Amino acid sequence: MILLCVLTSLLFGISDPVSGVAIALCVILVYAALGVRFFIKGMRVLIGLWPFLILIGAWHIWLADYHQGIIILSRLISAVALANLVTMTTRLQDMIDFLVRVSRPARWFGLSPQAIGIAIALVIRFIPVLVARAQHLSVAYRARSGKRASWRIILPLVFSVLDDADNISNALRARGGI
Amino acid sequence: MERSIVLVALFAALIAALGLIPKIMLTSGVPITAQSLGIMLCGTVLGAKRGGAAALLFVLLTLAGLPLLAGGRGGLGLLASPTVGFIIGFPLAAFAAGWIMERFQRQNILVVGILASIVGGIIVLYIPGVLGMSAVLGKSLSDALVLMLPFITGDLIKAALAGFITQAIHRARPHLLLSRH
Repeated sequence: MILLCVLTSLLFGISDPVSGVAIALCVILVYAALGVRFFIKGMRVLIGLWPFLILIGAWHIWLADYHQGIIILSRLISAVALANLVTMTTRLQDMIDFLVRVSRPARWFGLSPQAIGIAIALVIRFIPVLVARAQHLSVAYRARSGKRASWRIILPLVFSVLDDADNISNALRARGGI
Repeated sequence: MERSIVLVALFAALIAALGLIPKIMLTSGVPITAQSLGIMLCGTVLGAKRGGAAALLFVLLTLAGLPLLAGGRGGLGLLASPTVGFIIGFPLAAFAAGWIMERFQRQNILVVGILASIVGGIIVLYIPGVLGMSAVLGKSLSDALVLMLPFITGDLIKAALAGFITQAIHRARPHLLLSRH
């Protein structure tokens, strides 16, 4: 984690295009060294950057400032790839443990690390529930109106979240509270 | 205490769910997701502190690697990507929207709700967003701002929606609108 911070800040110091491209290639090679499937998955994440890459590329071609353009592009690719490398090689549980440990100072504001752990667990548990509920709502909307469900399903979704929150907090309190 | 924590957690999940459901928003060329609508709602419904906490929790989990950001992105790579400022701005935006809601208790809830969403979800969110973009892409501030212009229309629509939803909650369950107590 700390290593990542140091490396990323070093990246911003690079000022010649050749070493910039070289570093980007090195990072991509590390991905390749970790196996074919890992490489494909990592590259798929990087492809998500394409709108920015094209935009910056076009911008610098238009300005005829190729030197600066290559530096920025290679810096962007290596920084994002490096950080994703950390995420992809660390299990979610370790990441959450790290978060809970880092948030220990929150105790001074009357928040126990245990509460934060419960909150994280609740979020992860409820995302699929809410997505499924949104899909139900939109199917129901379409069945009744014949039109595509639009923003109109958000209001009932928010109501259901508020009601769920009441039930869950009662259940938590009944089991001894946090 | 339990209620606050549960509300914060569930609204963080709501932000994520709004970003993950396939485009239910208006389809008008510019890709819009409902994610920033979730951020605005956190502030207008939960108030400054809880709303900000919900957005913060969402951001932390995204950085920890859950692919929750609209488009299924997540992980530490976000901190090096051009959208870094918006991610950092999420909690600030929710806090600002909630603060305005709490500040103007007496005024018409629809007007205050829309205003809070515009100030929080657009002005406060765009400042770190544009700063981050110009820093990562090496552009001037005005260039970065121009890149953001196409999104403002969508965000204005979302702010209006957030206002209407807040008003509806206020009508149906006034005691649940924590930003007005």
